[in-house]
Amino acid sequence: MTTRLTIEKVTKVFSDHPERALALLAAGASKDRVHAELGAVVALNGISLSVPAGAIYIIMGLSGSGKSTLARCVNRLIEPTAGRILLDGEDIVTASPQRLRELRRSRMSMVFQHFALLPHKSVVENVEFGLKLRGMPAPQRRKKAQEFLAIVGLEKWAGYRPVSLSGGMRQRVGLARALATDADLLIMDEAFSALDPLIRSEMQDELLQLQKLLHKTILFITHDFQEALKLGTRIAVLSDGAVVQEGAPQEIVLDPRNDYVAAFTRDVDRARLFDAASVMLPAAPIVIGADGALSIPPRMEGRQAFVIDGGGRFLGAIAASDAASLRGKDPGALSLPREAAIPMKAKLIEVARALNAAEQLAVTDEDGRLVGCIRGEQVLARIGGRPSAAPPAAR
Amino acid sequence: MLSADDLYRVPVDDWVQFGVEWTALHLRPLFQAIKWPVEAVLRTIDGTLQAVPFPIFVILFALLAWRLATRGIAAFSAFSLVAIAFMGLWKPAITTISLITTAIAFCVVIGVPLGILCARSNAVWRIVRPVLDIMQTTPSFVYLVPVVMFFGVGTVPGEIAVVTAASPALIRFTNLGIRLVDKETIEAGLAFGATERQLLWEIQLPLALPTILGGLNQTVLTAMVMSVIIAMIGAEGLGLVVLQGIGRLDVGRAAIGGIAIVLLAMTLDRITQALANPEKKARGQLAQAVSRLFLGARRQDVGAPLMESK
Repeated sequence: MTTRLTIEKVTKVFSDHPERALALLAAGASKDRVHAELGAVVALNGISLSVPAGAIYIIMGLSGSGKSTLARCVNRLIEPTAGRILLDGEDIVTASPQRLRELRRSRMSMVFQHFALLPHKSVVENVEFGLKLRGMPAPQRRKKAQEFLAIVGLEKWAGYRPVSLSGGMRQRVGLARALATDADLLIMDEAFSALDPLIRSEMQDELLQLQKLLHKTILFITHDFQEALKLGTRIAVLSDGAVVQEGAPQEIVLDPRNDYVAAFTRDVDRARLFDAASVMLPAAPIVIGADGALSIPPRMEGRQAFVIDGGGRFLGAIAASDAASLRGKDPGALSLPREAAIPMKAKLIEVARALNAAEQLAVTDEDGRLVGCIRGEQVLARIGGRPSAAPPAAR
Repeated sequence: MLSADDLYRVPVDDWVQFGVEWTALHLRPLFQAIKWPVEAVLRTIDGTLQAVPFPIFVILFALLAWRLATRGIAAFSAFSLVAIAFMGLWKPAITTISLITTAIAFCVVIGVPLGILCARSNAVWRIVRPVLDIMQTTPSFVYLVPVVMFFGVGTVPGEIAVVTAASPALIRFTNLGIRLVDKETIEAGLAFGATERQLLWEIQLPLALPTILGGLNQTVLTAMVMSVIIAMIGAEGLGLVVLQGIGRLDVGRAAIGGIAIVLLAMTLDRITQALANPEKKARGQLAQAVSRLFLGARRQDVGAPLMESK
């Protein structure tokens, strides 16, 4: 996957003389020491991240962790003190004012926590705002704005002022405004934090739907770990202006690096987060070749065995005692019960439901090949949150 | 008893006398240059308004009040003007209205850009602010001294005093209005690549408009007060009626002058207040009226019903 945005050792110091603070930081001083000695506030301390194209990349942290500052450094609403921010290889930090304006107009856009709509403009005028700044002729930008209003389901509200809209609808306008410029990098600063829980969840689902359609690169800032897990392709956890941990959602929950991260993961609904692939064990199936040649593993666990053909395709389950009866059969004509299989992307909650009916489950990939098996104890160990109890199977 | 005079007397009055005389003598072209546009605008407006027959003026004024404010205020405006006319004060009242209108024009032209400048630069604001403080705490009466010295007596020098006294409020409110614009909205403008100019016209000025109009209300009221006071340096208008009444011990004439001033002041106050507080009127109409007045008529409104039920 190509990298769209690279953040390299970005530091932000709020001070009249940031050079001295930078020198002190470079010498290994802590944030607190810099503040005590110089009175300078270090908001970001040498942050490095790389955001893949097409990802929803979550910057997660509590208030004061520097997450909003980082987001604003990316489009330079806040000037970074040191470091480089590369958008497709081009350094944003050193861009000239003209170039920066071009980048803001066409390459990146932003969605704000409190929507930041313009109250004196109608909904459609708000959506076309970015296009107007760019100098697009009125009929053209109106047409485009209406398209994006339709995408977020607000075409009927085009002529209203933002005052007459609910919070969720206003943020849809904010989203449409950000999408209308065709920018491929979207910075969403706590975009859903000001919404009611129900509306928030709805907006999250909608963002995921839109993302399937539009494939933007989204830098999503949030303090809500559940939201981070739901939306994130990858998550960077920030604390005190530094990245504490970075990784895929499941990795972070499975192996929190320290107590700060662990505190977030404690209440996570693991049954809905983890998938079958993350807990499965290697399977020991019966292989039936194209010529009917049978290979039975020496030791079979349980009363049931899985059967695959020579290409690894899952054919079904059979009672272990009946294994020998398969000898000489044509794998194409075989009809075995297949209910005991589950796709590797299935969440543990679905696995648990399926396990009600079966003693163990076969895990299959997109092509129907057997990749592993799951028994109840693996699911329980993972949901119980004891990472050491079930080492993740190789994926 | 020890008197301060016995010890030493600082001749401040002599210094000022010398300074003012020197300035009046050597900077005469500058004062003429200031006086000329004021005189031209005032003469034009006064000439035009005096030429309009009284019933037509009342109707036009009431229509304007209705458009900018409410029907009630329009009715009150018409009543005030008719009352003034039938007290025999039509001509001086129109002169006062001309004085105020001219003052508004100059205050807007000077005050709004200066206010914007102050909002953008803390350095400028640090200099302008104490000047405004002094100007606003100085009794309006005191303005007359330098004005008479530099510009002489009469209606036009008086008008200069009116503009000087009335403009600080507008500068202050413009500065305040722009500084109070929500930070996130400004960020939104910048994040979508607005230039400084686009930021000003698309976001800062429209959002600061209610505050600026609040300042306009203050400016109009100060101009009203000042337009009466300048009668003391020979300016025409309703102030002169009161002054003459007092001078001739003609209580009746002084009183009708006073009544006319109060009626006119209330009318102008109500109209400009309604401008600054749009909630009192249906939103769409007012926003349109205001934008047409201050932002030019070409702004297209989508014209959809506002606050309509779903």
